[in-house]
Amino acid sequence: MTDTALEPDVLDERPGDAVPSSTPPPGAGGHGPPPVPNFNIVPVRALPVVALVLVGLVVAIATDNLWALTFFHVAGGGLWTSLDLFLGLVLGPIMGSMTIPARIEFTTKFMPKMLLIMPTLVAMTLGAGFQLARHVGNLEASYPHHGWLVASMVIVGIMSVIALGLLEPANLAVLFELKKPRPNGERIGRLMKVFIYTAGITGVLQIATIVIMTFLASR
Amino acid sequence: MTTATDTVPPGFGEPDAEDLRQADLPPVMPIAITTLALIVSGGILVAAQYGRPAHLTVPTVLLGVAAALLLVNAVLIARIAAFAWPVFFRVLGWALLAYAVIAGILEYVFVYDHTPARLLMLFSGMLVLFAVDVPLMLSYSVARWQPLDAT
Repeated sequence: MTDTALEPDVLDERPGDAVPSSTPPPGAGGHGPPPVPNFNIVPVRALPVVALVLVGLVVAIATDNLWALTFFHVAGGGLWTSLDLFLGLVLGPIMGSMTIPARIEFTTKFMPKMLLIMPTLVAMTLGAGFQLARHVGNLEASYPHHGWLVASMVIVGIMSVIALGLLEPANLAVLFELKKPRPNGERIGRLMKVFIYTAGITGVLQIATIVIMTFLASR
Repeated sequence: MTTATDTVPPGFGEPDAEDLRQADLPPVMPIAITTLALIVSGGILVAAQYGRPAHLTVPTVLLGVAAALLLVNAVLIARIAAFAWPVFFRVLGWALLAYAVIAGILEYVFVYDHTPARLLMLFSGMLVLFAVDVPLMLSYSVARWQPLDAT
């Protein structure tokens, strides 16, 4: 994303999101690097929302409530898929066309939120999904379309390895890089590409999961 | 991902101290991703047999190999001489907490479902490895790009 190295002079003046007046604006002919807005790696204020969702998930599982399990599974899966596809196929190309300061500002505001949103959605979808499949009998080996369910498990497994092994580490590494006094723009660019591309790949795999899930739901 | 508005300042693309250190680092990420893939594969193999007598030999072997790889990774990381250890342990601590919660929810599901003892042991082992392997990946991938004196 950010295809330029960032110099330390401007980046030291981070508090308040202000652009130092001595810095020429991007595209104005100067080589001054863009500032990095002050940001929190983990948006602490959103943690109660995450806790609420996880408590709701546990309650849904504990009560074996069919509606609640379906809600958590469908809502979580729908949001997970939409976010992945939107990020990889819509937002990624848009970010690529943004100016470097705009990309940095967007990244510092967007990526911390993704750090909480994605694991929460994954926990919702998979936790409720497993319990739902068990509840309605789809998990049983005797289920006529058991092979399709196993296929969806394999796809989800591949997505999990990609998300946890590539996407999340890249997300976190970008945020810590941006917190440095001298962030390395080229490195951020490399890591952001990993993030965007893996989000796109998991989004495409999600479509395969949706095809299987809707097939099973219609049987 | 470049645009006409990108101005490339002097020094762009030149490796910094963290870039130069990368060649000395062990292959932690490929091993950790392989570990995760083995754990997930074992989980799928067991889940696919739900409702009938499960054959646990292959999942148990996968679990054993995953545990061995995780141990190898821990040793490899511990032997790194120049590393941003404070950052590594800070991220590791918080990530362990977060993934312990996630693994705890999954463990709760298995216990709640009265999963048979042998299966539960296998699932629990997988969850423990999962809850350690992912934080290890997160903390390593952050610390590897941090200066040695970073806190």
